[in-house]
Amino acid sequence: MTSGKNASAFGKSLKALGLSLASFLAVAAAPALAQDAPAAGSYTPMKPTEGVGMPVPEGLGLQDQYSKIGEYGAWIHNDVLLPIITIITLLVLILLIVVMVRFNRRANPVASKTSHNTLIEVIWTLVPVLILIGIAVPSIDLIAKQYKPAPKGALTIKVTGNQWFWTYGYPDNGDFEVVSNMLNVPGQPTINNGVREVGSEPWDGPSHLEVDNRMVVPAGEPIRLQITAADVIHSFAVPSLWFKLDAVPGRINEKVLMIEKPGVYYGQCSELCGAKHGYMPIAVEALPRDKYDAWVLTHPGAVIDGQKPAAAEAAAPAADASEAPAADAIAEAE
Amino acid sequence: MATTAEHFQAHAEDHHHDHKPGFFARWFMSTNHKDIGTMYLIFAIFAGIIGGAVSGVMRLELAEPGIQYLQYISPLVGDDPSNFNATLHLWNVLITAHGLIMVFFMVMPAIIGGFGNWFVPIMIGAPDMAFPRMNNISFWLTVAGFCSLMASAFVPGGTGMGAGTGWTVYAPLSTTGSPGPAVDFGIFALHLSGAGSIMGAINFITTIFNMRAPGMTMHKMPLFVWSVLVTAFLLLLSLPVLAAAITMLLTDRNFGTTFFDPSGGGDPVLYQHLFWFFGHPEVYIMILPGFGIISQIISTFSKKPVFGYLGMAYAMVAIGVVGFIVWAHHMYATGLSVNTKMYFTAATMVIAVPTGIKIFSWIATMWGGSMEFKSPMVWAIGFIFLFTVGGVTGVVLANGGVDDVLHDTYYVVAHFHYVLSLGAVTALFAGFYYWFPKMSGKMHSEFLANLHFAVFFVGVNMIFFPMHFLGLQGMPRRYPDYAEAYHYWNQFATHGYEIMAVSILIWFVNIIYAYTAGKKAEDNYWGEGATTLEWTLSSPPPFHQFETLPVIEEAAHH
Repeated sequence: MTSGKNASAFGKSLKALGLSLASFLAVAAAPALAQDAPAAGSYTPMKPTEGVGMPVPEGLGLQDQYSKIGEYGAWIHNDVLLPIITIITLLVLILLIVVMVRFNRRANPVASKTSHNTLIEVIWTLVPVLILIGIAVPSIDLIAKQYKPAPKGALTIKVTGNQWFWTYGYPDNGDFEVVSNMLNVPGQPTINNGVREVGSEPWDGPSHLEVDNRMVVPAGEPIRLQITAADVIHSFAVPSLWFKLDAVPGRINEKVLMIEKPGVYYGQCSELCGAKHGYMPIAVEALPRDKYDAWVLTHPGAVIDGQKPAAAEAAAPAADASEAPAADAIAEAE
Repeated sequence: MATTAEHFQAHAEDHHHDHKPGFFARWFMSTNHKDIGTMYLIFAIFAGIIGGAVSGVMRLELAEPGIQYLQYISPLVGDDPSNFNATLHLWNVLITAHGLIMVFFMVMPAIIGGFGNWFVPIMIGAPDMAFPRMNNISFWLTVAGFCSLMASAFVPGGTGMGAGTGWTVYAPLSTTGSPGPAVDFGIFALHLSGAGSIMGAINFITTIFNMRAPGMTMHKMPLFVWSVLVTAFLLLLSLPVLAAAITMLLTDRNFGTTFFDPSGGGDPVLYQHLFWFFGHPEVYIMILPGFGIISQIISTFSKKPVFGYLGMAYAMVAIGVVGFIVWAHHMYATGLSVNTKMYFTAATMVIAVPTGIKIFSWIATMWGGSMEFKSPMVWAIGFIFLFTVGGVTGVVLANGGVDDVLHDTYYVVAHFHYVLSLGAVTALFAGFYYWFPKMSGKMHSEFLANLHFAVFFVGVNMIFFPMHFLGLQGMPRRYPDYAEAYHYWNQFATHGYEIMAVSILIWFVNIIYAYTAGKKAEDNYWGEGATTLEWTLSSPPPFHQFETLPVIEEAAHH
């Protein structure tokens, strides 16, 4: 994603001109990159990359990870736990085959009467203990890392589970709210009235996973997710980001989400919540900071860094200024 | 003990030697542990057919993405097939029914009520259970509970007919989220069968502590008896907590309390703590008697005493004790504090140690033995392998940090079906072939029993092994529909179900064969390796056994 770097470098230089100007340019640039679709204000949803942030057909292992925690967790699973459990299972299998071959009635007509051997009993008690300690060290470390609180000033996003959709609140950006419904599936009964069918826009991801309004977040910076529910318990889960936290009514669960790369990452509600539990997916769209700011500005009353940019108001009439240099960088970032 | 023996002899003299009551009195007012055990087994098979058919519907629906079949089944419970929400609700009813039926009305009645009732008194040399009438109440409460659960499917439960809460009945989905009487019927089913199980547990504990034959010390009891003893304590200590939790659900639902409702100062997560304080011991309740059965079978067909008998007995005690302090590993995603999550990670991994002792001791029992591969032994060896696979994925899931990606996915479904559907159920079939001729007096076909195993083994592994892949790829549990990427392994699993279903048909054929063409079973049809007391009795045993108590000699086998 070198283009992503370019974009952020460009964003930095723009910041020198003043953030509101940067936002203005980003907003103004939007029509240029919305070539194959009708312009949706200043923001066009990102087209997901096949196999990134989503399950792959006939897949056998964990989804590829796009967060530091996820890379660490996947290492623990793939390089520590999986080899250990495979070896243990094979050891048991080999021992079973050996006893079946060596100690059947033909091979060994007279059974021994051995029923105790203290040494071997101590060994098969202590060796598992040592193996478990070996597992526990990185495992406990992983938990500690997951609970590292978000730094001061991190962007807060409020996630609310509802029967059967998610809402995403952006208190740091003017407290607007995004309602996220699963897209209907062609040929199946309507799941959400008034929502389009999956595949009707070029940026749509897989059916059952794509939503009408994604949870848009900035990439490359820690985000404080505060998760709750409005009715019953839901669970906000994104496998490729190693993230799962229950949305419990009456309680706010908080956890840091830090996405390394821009992209679209899909997840699904992971706590039984009623009839349409299977139909409230999660789509997280991580954008470079400047593009994220541009997305924020498409919402009425949007605020960036605690101030309402004057540019936001000016954005709409100036939307034709597609010659802005930011356009190329942002288009590449896609 | 002599006086006790004389008492039973005196009692016997009043009656004809093998006097059986009339049909109604014998089966509806039964106080005979063997008759009650038989009724438990028949009931468990009946419930298992229903629970298995439910999972068949689920696998059928999951064979393809999209909803293909549910709308044709929903009218059976009174739903409007054009109401898509009711159709989806039916899915939740199916998963709830499958879980509750298999846990409370198939595995538990079969392994504790069935084999426990049949063989615990015989193995300790007792004439019957301590409280024969309470034994009968236990059974009929289980049946009543099952009827209540069945009834719940046909009454409104919110978005559709039936209780669609999952077997865990989490609040607030089960309270404010499920208006209508269905969930109340479901809760009542748990109350009834729970009361039955508590009484059963009291009965087993009393029987094992007080009615052992002269010389049958605790450390000479067969391991199956040990396993039922530990299980009975788990039932006795955990079920009242479930009863309290679901009673609070009932009052939250019907009488305006707010135990689990945050708007009244309650906490939905409190329910989960209470449920899993019961729920985790519950999974050991289902598997421990299976451990006992496997120990008996391995010893019998290796013609050796169990290796490390004391270690085996106290490993079960250890699993039972530790099983009470690991419950929150089912709740890693609820937002536990960091220290809580670390503690439950460490505590959960501890369980792998006594479980490992059991696996290795079974292999050591076979080591040096003179093994005969009769059908129970084939099933038992299959159990060891399948249980190991389920056990090691448990070690993966124990890690709170790793569970963040696997919790509530098909990986969990794969894990608990390997320890239950492939562990406990395999142990049940092992026990069935081990003891069926003893119970019925008829030999089954060994060929069909082994064929049953082979087909079952292939089928269940095809169903459940790919679920690890689905879970690692992120497919959540309790979904009737899925993204195209999950299609391949789901379809594969459905084909596995078809194979597994054939194996169950083979089993039925074998039962019919035994009753129509089966040879008469001898007293000890497994030969020299079978040393426990049931093999000293006729097949089937007399209606009242041990009218003179057996005396266990110093050097008796375990």
